[in-house]
Amino acid sequence: MSSDRLDVLDTHGRPTRVSTRVGEFEPKLLLDGEHDLCPGCGEPVAIRLLLEVIEELGYAQDSIGVIGIGCYTAFTGLIDVDLIQALHGRAPSVATGAKRMRPDKLLFTLQGDGDMVNEGLQEVIHTAARGESVTCVLLNNGVFGETGGHMTATTALGQRTKTSLEGRDADYHGYPIPIAELLVPLGGVSYVARGSVADAKSVVRTKAMLRKAFEAQIAGEGFSLVEILTMCPTGWFIPTADGPGYLDEVLGEVHAAGELVVGGKPVGKGASG
Amino acid sequence: MTRTLMEGSEAIATAAVAAGCRFFAGYPMTPFTEVLENFGKRLPAVGGVCINAESEIEAIGMTWGALATGARAATGSTGQGLALMQESLSEITRAELPLVVFHMARGQGDYYQATRGGGHGDYRHIVYAPIDVREAVELTELAFDRADHWRNPVQIYGDYLLAHTSEGVEFTADPFVPVAKDWAVDGSLGGSGRSRNINPIGMQKGSKSIDPESFWKRLQVKHDQIEASEARFESESTEDAELLVVAFGSVARFVRHVVRELRSEGRKVGYARPISLWPFPAEALAAAARGTQRVAVLEQNAGQMIDDVRLSVLGSVPVVGIGGISSDSAGFGMGPLLDTRVIRGRIESALENLEVST
Repeated sequence: MSSDRLDVLDTHGRPTRVSTRVGEFEPKLLLDGEHDLCPGCGEPVAIRLLLEVIEELGYAQDSIGVIGIGCYTAFTGLIDVDLIQALHGRAPSVATGAKRMRPDKLLFTLQGDGDMVNEGLQEVIHTAARGESVTCVLLNNGVFGETGGHMTATTALGQRTKTSLEGRDADYHGYPIPIAELLVPLGGVSYVARGSVADAKSVVRTKAMLRKAFEAQIAGEGFSLVEILTMCPTGWFIPTADGPGYLDEVLGEVHAAGELVVGGKPVGKGASG
Repeated sequence: MTRTLMEGSEAIATAAVAAGCRFFAGYPMTPFTEVLENFGKRLPAVGGVCINAESEIEAIGMTWGALATGARAATGSTGQGLALMQESLSEITRAELPLVVFHMARGQGDYYQATRGGGHGDYRHIVYAPIDVREAVELTELAFDRADHWRNPVQIYGDYLLAHTSEGVEFTADPFVPVAKDWAVDGSLGGSGRSRNINPIGMQKGSKSIDPESFWKRLQVKHDQIEASEARFESESTEDAELLVVAFGSVARFVRHVVRELRSEGRKVGYARPISLWPFPAEALAAAARGTQRVAVLEQNAGQMIDDVRLSVLGSVPVVGIGGISSDSAGFGMGPLLDTRVIRGRIESALENLEVST
């Protein structure tokens, strides 16, 4: 799909030259593209994809977003879409109530891994099982970025955080929860995929996933989720430029990219039949 | 309009739907369960939605989303379930959403929870405590109206007795006309530069930061205005009363009956009832207590509303508690205190103590 092809910089490895502006990255549904998140953060890239897809689908004036609590919350003042600010973990329920009263609108949540998989795990599972016609977007960086790099439910084994200083140890901290896989067996689930913004190819694939998730909602096929692995060099305590590589090697190992449910049916690795 | 015999929980749900409520989410818990059941029966018939949520926390979250789109919506539970909802009850006040909460409590031990709240920060909810099913219907209609007017949550604080007593009720309210809510999100302003943000932390569109102090102070001004204008109060036989008995909710119904009985026998006793627990009708109560020798508070708990009564009369007259904890064996608050003979005994003792001490 040519419309999904983006002209973006290869962010693997250190820059080899002075950066130059190679394209217009600011989506139209943004009041101001200048944000205060850290250098190397993957969340603005994911948000850009989300806003571009909404606009390209022609739903700019028929969308309601429900935003969780995390670094991305800083974008609620900048995103030019009707929004509801939810409490930490509560976005899927809020989206449920809004969708039931406005069934003709595109409803999406924007949540981090702490928000969705720690505090709000029950919410996303029940919303999926109800087949609620909403699209949950998870920005998964494996840490509580906003508090400064603490362990979440998706933190990889061995990953160092401020609350797993020697690296996440299964015996002591337990295992990470692969949320996308957890939703696969549930009835009511229409589309589940996990993408990443670590490199240009992944960005293009992730944007296509977002489009499919929203198309499933528009078609009334049920619940959809797109998990997007995002860089958090600050919360990972690594140099900014090492973010994409670390994402692939550490988070990507536990949370493998790919589609898991398409058209209500499990696909890919682990799908039965 | 004809009167229909209806159980409190059914009457409340019927009144709410008549008032335009189109969304309800809740989690079963005695004695609130039948309120949920009745919304479940009534809402689909009018194109509304009732969700049996996975917990009270999700129930209020769903209601939050429905309210944000401009719909009239409600949730409810017992005090235990409301304890789980406290974070949202607090923040939804800051999001300025017109939530209505049906609290069917176990006894009257949740007075502090209802009037002070268990949530964080400076916030206030209007709280109405109906004395009977008929008043519950009126206050339910009023609750949706006041919630929309102030964009602030309103709680109907009842109990087992209110939810499960059948009474003849009338639904006389005018047909509901949807209220225009230009603040509600309908998705239509995306990309216009004027998109909306229903936000409990005061984040404005076009901004990258918040200003909590000025945001919270603005809400405080609103709560001061509500406090000055929304108090509701009922009293009887206060003119020459030597003893004023104060009660709220279902318990007040027993007290009012006993006071009428004692009055007919020539005893100088008066009756006062806050209909709104917040704002507490302090001025009206102080006026009713003027000239009495003692104020007796009869509440079915260890003594909670008595704080507000004392703050109302400000030491001008002694205030004593003559109620107390009282429950059935299941803990639903249907205790032996809910008996006119028992209550008559308590009030007579207070009258006798008055004679001894004067």
